Amino acid sequence: MAMRREHLVNAAIALLLLAVPLWASWAGQNFYVTLATRIAILALAAVGLNIALGLGGLVSFGHAAFFGIGGYVAGILASHAVSGAPLLGFLPGTKLMPVIWIVAILASGFVAAAIGAISLRTGGVYFIMITLAFAQMIFYFALSWPAYGGEDGLSIMLRNAFPGVNTLRPLPFFLICYTLLSLGLLLFALIRGSRFGAALQAARQNEVRTASVGIAPFRIRLVAFTISGMVTGVAGALFADLNRFVSPSMLSWHMSGELIVLIVLGGVGRLYGPVVGAALYVVLEYWLGGITERWQFFLGLVLLGVVLFARGGIVGLLAGRARHD
Amino acid sequence: MQTALFIEQLLNGLQLGVMLFLMAAGLTLIFGVMGLINLTHGSLYMVGAFACAAVAAWTGSFWLGLIASLAAAAAAGAVVELLVIRRLYGRDHLDQVLATFALILVFSEGTRWLFGSFPLYLDIPPLLSGAVSLPGGAQYPLYRLAIIAVGVLVAVGLWLLISRTRLGMRIRAGESDREMIGALGVDVATLYTLVFALGAALAGLAGAMVGAIQSVQVGMGEPVLILAFVVIVIGGIGSIKGALVGALLVGLVDTMGRFLLPQAFGLVMNASQAGLVGGAIASMLIYLLMAVILAVRPRGLFAAQG
Amino acid sequence: MTEPILAVSDLVKSFGALKATDHVSLDLRPGEIHALIGPNGAGKSTLIGQIAGTLKPNAGEIRFAGETINALSVAERSRRGLGRTFQVSSLAPEFSALRNVMLAVQSVQGSSFRFFRPVMLDRSLVDPAMAALERVGLAGRAGIPAAELSHGERRQLEIAIALALGSRALLLDEPMAGMGPEGSKRLTGFLDRLRAEAPILLVEHDMNAVFALADRISVLVYGKVIATGSVDDIRSNPDVRRAYLGDEA
Repeated sequence: MAMRREHLVNAAIALLLLAVPLWASWAGQNFYVTLATRIAILALAAVGLNIALGLGGLVSFGHAAFFGIGGYVAGILASHAVSGAPLLGFLPGTKLMPVIWIVAILASGFVAAAIGAISLRTGGVYFIMITLAFAQMIFYFALSWPAYGGEDGLSIMLRNAFPGVNTLRPLPFFLICYTLLSLGLLLFALIRGSRFGAALQAARQNEVRTASVGIAPFRIRLVAFTISGMVTGVAGALFADLNRFVSPSMLSWHMSGELIVLIVLGGVGRLYGPVVGAALYVVLEYWLGGITERWQFFLGLVLLGVVLFARGGIVGLLAGRARHD
Repeated sequence: MQTALFIEQLLNGLQLGVMLFLMAAGLTLIFGVMGLINLTHGSLYMVGAFACAAVAAWTGSFWLGLIASLAAAAAAGAVVELLVIRRLYGRDHLDQVLATFALILVFSEGTRWLFGSFPLYLDIPPLLSGAVSLPGGAQYPLYRLAIIAVGVLVAVGLWLLISRTRLGMRIRAGESDREMIGALGVDVATLYTLVFALGAALAGLAGAMVGAIQSVQVGMGEPVLILAFVVIVIGGIGSIKGALVGALLVGLVDTMGRFLLPQAFGLVMNASQAGLVGGAIASMLIYLLMAVILAVRPRGLFAAQG
Repeated sequence: MTEPILAVSDLVKSFGALKATDHVSLDLRPGEIHALIGPNGAGKSTLIGQIAGTLKPNAGEIRFAGETINALSVAERSRRGLGRTFQVSSLAPEFSALRNVMLAVQSVQGSSFRFFRPVMLDRSLVDPAMAALERVGLAGRAGIPAAELSHGERRQLEIAIALALGSRALLLDEPMAGMGPEGSKRLTGFLDRLRAEAPILLVEHDMNAVFALADRISVLVYGKVIATGSVDDIRSNPDVRRAYLGDEA
C-alpha cells in the first residue's frame, strides 16, 4: 500500500519537474527553466550520494570532491579544446558533452575508489571526518594550483555541445539534464532491487551479520561508493555547463553538506528523496533569498526542525514509512 | 639566516599545533564522552573571536576581551547543548552531522547579521607586542610565543583536570561506560552540558588568540574545524593525548611543508615553478599524512579501545 | 571412529585479568548434537564467538573440516560451511524474512556483484529461500519484516538462513530463547531431524531440550570445560552438580 502510494508521489514529482519548465519556456520565462535545470542537476548529484548514504548508510561528507572533479573535467577539457593545446601534452580537449561525461565518470570514479579504499577501512565518525578531509585536500589543491584558474576558477566561454541539440538554449539543456537525472534514478532503482543492492543494504542494517553469511561488506561498499562518486561526478560536469563556470567552491565542504541536506530534506534512501530535496532547496533559496539576504539563517532553522522533528523527510510525509518487500 | 628562518618556521608550526590542540581537545572530549560529532565547534571558535574583538574594541582592553571570549563561547556552547545537542545523543551520526551543520548556518548568518560582513580587527595587547631574539639572530613575535605558552598551560591543566579531579573522574567514567555513571547517581545531563561548555570555552579561547594575528570574520572557524578533524582522526577519536600529538604533528608538518617543499622542488626546477608545485603539494601534505597513518592504524595513533 | 568436523583444542581467550576461555578443547562429530551448557557468564558466547570468528583467541587452534581456520574471517568461515545463529540480532531487520534468506542464497551462489536484475523476480534466489523457510515452518510469514517477527520466529529465521547457506555444521546460540512451549517442542523435533544433515554445537539454557537432543554435553564453568559426556554422565557428575547448584549441593 505504502509502496504504491510512493510510486504515485514519485510519478507526480517527475511529471511536475518536466511540466513546469516546458510551460515556463512556452511562456517565455526562461529564468524558471534555469531554476528547474539547477534542481535536476543538484538532484542527480544527490541521487549519486544517495547510493552510498541511503542504501549503504555511508555518511560521506566529501561528495563535493566528485561533484567538483566532474565540474573541472568539463572546464579543463573545454579550455583545452578552445586553446588547442593538448592536455598533458597528448590528450586533445573536447567540447562534446558525451565525451566529457565519460571522462568525468572515469575521473570521479577513480578518485572515489582511492578515497573509499582508505576511508572504508574505518566506520562511523571516522568515515565522516576522513571523507571530509580528503575532499578538503582536493579543494586546497584546486585553490593553490594556478594552471586552471586557482582561486578565480575557470570559465567555459560557450556551453559544451551535444550532437543534434542546441545546448545554448535553456530548454534543450534542461531536457539533457532531466534525461540524465532520469537515468540516474533508474540506476538507483535497479541497484536497490538487485543482488548488489541487497548486500549493500544488508551491510548497512547489520554489518557483522552480513559478513557472517559470507558477504564481505568492504568490497560491496567500495564498489557502491565508487558508483556513487561517478554519478555525482556527471552531475558536476552538468553543473559547470549550467553556470559556464567552475571554481573551487564546487569542491568546498559546504557543497558536501548541501548534498547531504538535499537527501535528508527529501527522505534518506527514498528514490525521489533527492529530487524533492533539491526542488525544495532551490525554491527556498530563491524564495527566501528574495525576501532576505540572510536566507541561510532561516534555512538552518528549517533544517534543524526537519532533523529534530520530521525524520523521514518530505517523501516520508507524503508517502508514509519506507517499506521493503 | 637559514637556521633562524628554520627556527622561526618551527615555532610557527608549534603555534599552529597548539591552537589546533585547543580545538581538537574539545572535539575529542565531546566525542569521547557523549559520542557526538560536533561541527558547531568551528562556530564556537568564531564566537570567541568576535566576542574578544567586540569587547576589546568597546573597553580598549584585550584582556577583558579574552575573558569575554571564554564566557561567550562557554555560554553559547551551553545554550546550544541545552536546546539542540542533547536531543542528538541517541541519534545516528547522520542526524548529528546535519543538525550541527544547520547550526553552523545559523551561527554564521547570525554573526553576519550582528556584525556585518566586514572583518573586525583585534590588536595584540601592548604587553605582548614586542619581539624576542632567537638564537641565530632572528626576531620572533612575543605574542606567538605567548600562544604556545597558553597551549602548554591548557594541556597541563586538562591533564590535571582529567586525572586528578572529581569532574575528570566522571569524564573518564563517562567515556568507558555511559550507563554506569548514571547508575552511580551522577547527574549525566549536567555533566554533558559542562563538558560541552568546557570544549566550547577552549575553542573560543583559540579563536580569540588567533583573532589577534588574523582578521576576525565569519567562516574563520571552518578551515580550523576541518584541520581539527584531521588531528583527532590521526590521534584517535576520544583520546586527549592523541589530540595533543596529532595537533603538534599536523601543525609542524603543515608549516614545515609549506616552508621546505618549495625549496626542495627548487633544487630540480626554476624558482617560480617550484613555488607553485611545492605550494600545491604542501597544501595536501597533512591529508597525505593522515592517509598514511590510517593505512597503518585505521583508528588513529592512540585509539581508545572498543 | 569418525573424524570430527569441528575441533577446538587448547583455546585461550582473556579480557585483561579475566580468562573467559581457559584452555578449552572440544569437538563436534558428524551426525551429533553436542550441547554446551553452563551458568551465566561461563564464557559460552565468547567461545562461540571465537569459533565463528568474531573474536580472536589468544592461543589454541580451531580446525574445521580438517583445516585450521584461526586466520579466516567470519565471512570465509561461513563460506566453508560453518553456520551460526545469533542470540539477539537479525540479519537485516528491515528486510522481509524471505529477503533475509535470499541474502544467504545469494552468498552461496557467490554473486553479490550483479547490479541490474531485480532479486524478487529471480527464481534462483526466491525458490531455495522459500524452501528453507518452509523447512523451518516460517513460509507463512515470508513477507513480514524480520524486525516484526516474534522472538521465536526470528530463531526459526536464523536457522533457515543457516540452512540456506548449506552449512556443514551449525553453531546454534540459544535457539529456544523466547519461544513458547509449543514452539520449543516443534523446534526440538526439527533439530532432531537436522542433525543427520549438519551436526550442531548447541548453546541452550532449556535443559529439557538439551537432555532430549544432546548426544554429548560439555559443561563450561568460568571458562573451563569441567566435564564432557553423555546425558547420563553429566546428570550424575558431582562437579557439575556443584557448579550448577553451588553451595546447596
